[in-house]
Amino acid sequence: MTEPTIDRRELLPQLFDSPDKALFISGLAGAAKDTAAFTDDGANLFTMAGTMGAAVAMGLGVALNAPDRDVVVVTGDGELLMGIGGLVTVASMAPGNLSIVCIDNGQHGETGGQAGHTARNTNLEAIAKGSGLPSTMTISAPEQMKDGAAFLKTASGPRFLLCRVLPSAPSAYKRNFDPVACRHRFRDAFMRA
Amino acid sequence: MTQSTADEDWSATLFRQMLDADVTMFSYVPDAGNKRLIEHVDASNETRSVLLTTEEEGVAVCAGADLVGKRAVLCMQSSGVGNCANYLSLVTGGRFPLLMVVSMRGDHGEENPWQYPMGQAVEPIFEAMGVLTFRVDDRAELEKTTAAALAATGKGGQSAALILSQKFLGAKAF
Repeated sequence: MTEPTIDRRELLPQLFDSPDKALFISGLAGAAKDTAAFTDDGANLFTMAGTMGAAVAMGLGVALNAPDRDVVVVTGDGELLMGIGGLVTVASMAPGNLSIVCIDNGQHGETGGQAGHTARNTNLEAIAKGSGLPSTMTISAPEQMKDGAAFLKTASGPRFLLCRVLPSAPSAYKRNFDPVACRHRFRDAFMRA
Repeated sequence: MTQSTADEDWSATLFRQMLDADVTMFSYVPDAGNKRLIEHVDASNETRSVLLTTEEEGVAVCAGADLVGKRAVLCMQSSGVGNCANYLSLVTGGRFPLLMVVSMRGDHGEENPWQYPMGQAVEPIFEAMGVLTFRVDDRAELEKTTAAALAATGKGGQSAALILSQKFLGAKAF
């Protein structure tokens, strides 16, 4: 497999036209920092700072109950693997409005950069495909980011985009860590929209 | 499962109470204790079931539903409560008003020794994670106890588990 050359801090702005159109759910750590930086920790984002593995399932709960909105889960390779069965549940429910973007740096960046399974023999796109997701894609170079953006716009959902990235630092962004405040912020903004 | 006709009624009653309280999504890991409840869910065009791979997924699915103003519940056997412990951080920490329906193993009349450790740990785990418990031991208690659990997780804003004991459900024969 070719070495990835994407800088994760440039990824989300290249994948999405706008930071405020979709509803975003992100897993903890680097994925949360990147998504918060992209949306400026907006009211359309709920980030986690614990409950590793919960992002896909939470995004599924949002997508099934907000069928008129685009819903995006942003997760890391370690976070996704901890709740990997969620891909199967997503495939069974098949919400067309759900996209899963996995930022795969092949390591546990938040805890010291320990190598993860995807740095060894595991291919998350193959797992997503085998789980039954109708649309899957992998990108690993900056020039492929526009293809990833087109995939997220046009492929039939639920869709899974694996983004293999350099093991460089995520965005330096201090987001709101109060889950009660973030829940109210998200709900209130959704109800108003 | 030793089930009488009276036992079969309770799933319909529980379903109607939940529907009346605007519960529209039922996430679940299959168990003998929630089989008929989920059949009612699937037979209705007002409700939807979500088959999970593991119980803690349901905690997150229900929290996601809440984020967009919908009411969802998690139905599971008591074994699954152990799988949920860490994810209950999301519920308690974020004050998501999650309702769980737990069908017990490892309590009254259990003959499988594998079921006892987790069965007996269900209520201590909920207590440790700040989740209220409402226990049903007898058919006559079902409606009132369910109403209390729905009130706690509705306007009450709490997270709670409705615990259907083996005294109520009947123990599986070995």
